Amino acid sequence: MSKISCQCGHENPYGTELCEQCGRPLSKKAKESDIVDMRYEGASRRSQTYKSSIIDKIWNFFSSVKIGVGIIVAVLLASAIGTIFPQKFYVPATTDAEYAEYYERLYGVVGKFYFELGFYDMYNSWWFKVLIGMLATSIIIASIDRVVPLYKSLKKQRTRRHPSFMKRQRIYGEGAIENTAESFAKAEEELKKMRYNVKTENGAILAEKHRFSRWGPYVNHTGLIIFFVGVLLRGIPGFYVDEAMWIREGETRNIVGAPGYVLENKGFTLENYTKEEAEEVFGAALDKVGSIVKTYKTDVTLYKEKEGSLPGSDNLEKVEDYAIVVNKPLKFNGYNVFQMDYKLDELKTMTFHLVEKSSEASLGEFTVDLSNPEKEYDLGNGASVNMLGFYPDYDGIKDGEPYSKSPVPNNPAFIFQMNTPEKPTGEKSFVAIRQTLEVEQNDYAIKFAAAETRNISGLTIRKDKTLYILLLGGLVFMIGVIQGMYWQHRRIWIQEDADGHVLIAAHTNKNWFSLRKELDKLRQSTALPAYIDRQDPELDKPEQEGDEEIWT
Amino acid sequence: MDLVTISSNLLLVSFVAYLVATLFFGGAIKKSKSEKAYHNSKWGTIGLVITIIGFLTHVGYFATRWIASGHAPLSNMFEFTTAFGMMLVGAFILLYIMYRTPSLGLFALPIAIIIISYATMFPREVTPLIPALQSKWLFIHVITTVIGESILAISAVAGLVFLVKNIDMTKKSKQRFWIEAVMFTLVLVLGFVVTSTTFKVLGYEAEFTYIDKNEAPAEITYHVPPLFGMNEYEAMTPGAMTPWVELPPIINAQRLTSLTWSVAAGAVLYLLLRLIARKPLAAVFQPLAKKANSQLMDEIGYRSVLIGFPVFTLGALIFAMIWAHEAWSRFWGWDPKEVWALITWLFYAAFLHLRLSRGWEGQKSAWLAVIGFVIIMFNLIAVNLIIAGLHSYA
Repeated sequence: MSKISCQCGHENPYGTELCEQCGRPLSKKAKESDIVDMRYEGASRRSQTYKSSIIDKIWNFFSSVKIGVGIIVAVLLASAIGTIFPQKFYVPATTDAEYAEYYERLYGVVGKFYFELGFYDMYNSWWFKVLIGMLATSIIIASIDRVVPLYKSLKKQRTRRHPSFMKRQRIYGEGAIENTAESFAKAEEELKKMRYNVKTENGAILAEKHRFSRWGPYVNHTGLIIFFVGVLLRGIPGFYVDEAMWIREGETRNIVGAPGYVLENKGFTLENYTKEEAEEVFGAALDKVGSIVKTYKTDVTLYKEKEGSLPGSDNLEKVEDYAIVVNKPLKFNGYNVFQMDYKLDELKTMTFHLVEKSSEASLGEFTVDLSNPEKEYDLGNGASVNMLGFYPDYDGIKDGEPYSKSPVPNNPAFIFQMNTPEKPTGEKSFVAIRQTLEVEQNDYAIKFAAAETRNISGLTIRKDKTLYILLLGGLVFMIGVIQGMYWQHRRIWIQEDADGHVLIAAHTNKNWFSLRKELDKLRQSTALPAYIDRQDPELDKPEQEGDEEIWT
Repeated sequence: MDLVTISSNLLLVSFVAYLVATLFFGGAIKKSKSEKAYHNSKWGTIGLVITIIGFLTHVGYFATRWIASGHAPLSNMFEFTTAFGMMLVGAFILLYIMYRTPSLGLFALPIAIIIISYATMFPREVTPLIPALQSKWLFIHVITTVIGESILAISAVAGLVFLVKNIDMTKKSKQRFWIEAVMFTLVLVLGFVVTSTTFKVLGYEAEFTYIDKNEAPAEITYHVPPLFGMNEYEAMTPGAMTPWVELPPIINAQRLTSLTWSVAAGAVLYLLLRLIARKPLAAVFQPLAKKANSQLMDEIGYRSVLIGFPVFTLGALIFAMIWAHEAWSRFWGWDPKEVWALITWLFYAAFLHLRLSRGWEGQKSAWLAVIGFVIIMFNLIAVNLIIAGLHSYA
């Protein structure tokens, strides 16, 4: 495409609205406008210039802020819809049928549609991910489309601008003043005091400050992209581990997801605030709600398998003792182990007596370790008990057999064979909690004597190598928004035209009120023509007289 | 006097100070003829001084309560909402010093007063911290979020002044309807305060047993006469009113009852005010907003979003993610409160893009600022009370 040459002699890229050097309006739109669009300095942007090929069309689609806002709003609405009912991961169900049943039972027809439309797993749905992908694309393309021309344009700007540029600024003034040279020298001095960078070029002043704030949006967009990259990396194996494990008191187990590391649970504690021990100020609250939990704590010892030993061997070395509490995870080698859940008082062992029914005399007692039951318990004196069947979570009879619904000893049941000197062939008995069944009338019985319980701690194991990338993304975003929002790019042009008239114009990317305040301050000490703000008709004229400090 | 009592008294002092300061800002507007006098008004300066005194006693409430309980008082609805009111006043003071506009004070302080009144309707006992909250991040995350939200809220106040001033109240229009709807909502909050206080003074209580949505038996206490009954309710308090209807288990009939009482009381209050004023409430406030410079209000609204947005991002997203990773093992879990923080953030991001690139200034921008405030309040009130999640501490 051909270049556009300006009357000032500068060659501008095709599509330029305002001459990069002198600011003369070049396009029809710019020539006809009253106040010129200064957002990207009237530079040539790809999206506004090339519109024919398919790539142009995709580029233009994603570079549009209108489309960008549309995507933001779509993500916003989808997110909001996702909070109407609980999401999939908060629902106690595992199969699709159970989910469907859950939503329909609790929320009726609306719940049914919520499930069927996939809103119950909104944030993992393919189209939510597509929206996020489009958002990222839009951020990248829209930024590149703007930052490059803006940078070039600001770099090439000249101190003296053409009057047609000056006249099309939002803040503009012109008039004759008495001693131009002296006023200009004074203005230069004052502007420097206000920390402007001042450039002069025979009878023209350009005062500029905080240009870096113009880069803020692009910096914060970079931060967001870094964040998205971090999130994407979690899909790569090894970058991200998320596992859960239950560990009983006294147990030593390999840490799920952290090969080579072993954890011993030395005890789980749940502590409540009590009226006796808690501080007096909490008395009223504790009276009202009863008990409030103070601590969930698992005391653990972390071991590491020694170098060169086979996996699963007992060749361990101790790393450390640690008390895992909420907000204080155990940290080692990039892993974090969190206190997430607990179960109190799971049965650990059960102790039984073997008794003769008629005399109620005990032939001895034995203890069953429920996590590791033995086949035979020898009671001495020729008596023994064989365990023929063990049903840790007994849930009735199924197909003529006792049935255990899980391997967790919530409701243990046993089939024992009792061997005694009197009945050496043995008698069989089915024993469950508060229940005994016999096939035939037995002479002997198993009587429950005592039980021991223990607590179980639910831990989550995480390793996330992307955390630092995410943190970096957040940091860059913050730098970007602060740089772009807490400073403003301001420019003031003052120049004498060919007829000896003084023109004054000013521009800021935002916060016009403060710019006017600075202009008013400048006009107090320096003789300069009065200006108008063409977007604020309500502004009082007398404010500019310069003898009264109004905007304090 | 123990520290907790001192703390409550300090809060009361702030409350009164904000009321008095509102009157002075009103005086500043009434007494000034020109813009110049309006900006340098003595009344305005006195109003500012009283506001600052109120803010300092408010900070005193915060500090003494912190010392008494041993943790930052940001752990339940009362404490959080009170802090929000405090920071709203703080943000107002900051913007008043920058721009000197009494009309901002005339609208900002009453909103702060309503928010503090609302806060005091929640249980005010000092409670010990549950394990998830025992962290230095409680203070860092919550206070940053509150400051961010308060600064963003100021943009809604400026937007409100802009709208009350510029909407033609003599002709029927969509805008006139919606600005009046905003006024009505504010009156509804007062309705809630009035009913809660009345029944609290009367000491009303009615206990019920019911069957919850997981089909387990549960108990609940009503503090207002029960209009709606919980699923399969049975009255435990003799002589309590019999609810009109029994509701299905997914609806919390107790909260619906409170809401209904508040709406009813608010509606009556609104009708009374309309009868006295004989015109829409927005029209009553219009003369007070007339002297504000529209361009300036627009700029204050925009400026407060510019200042508040980074603070909100830092507190409600970045610090939140860091803490969530420490306490719950994941930095993001799509918990409703998290999602609504994200929604708030996306909304203001859209606001900024519409303003920067699509030129949405003036009325459009003012309406967006008001909607932003509605989203913040939704996250504060509705997400806690209606949508259950990890953040439901109240």
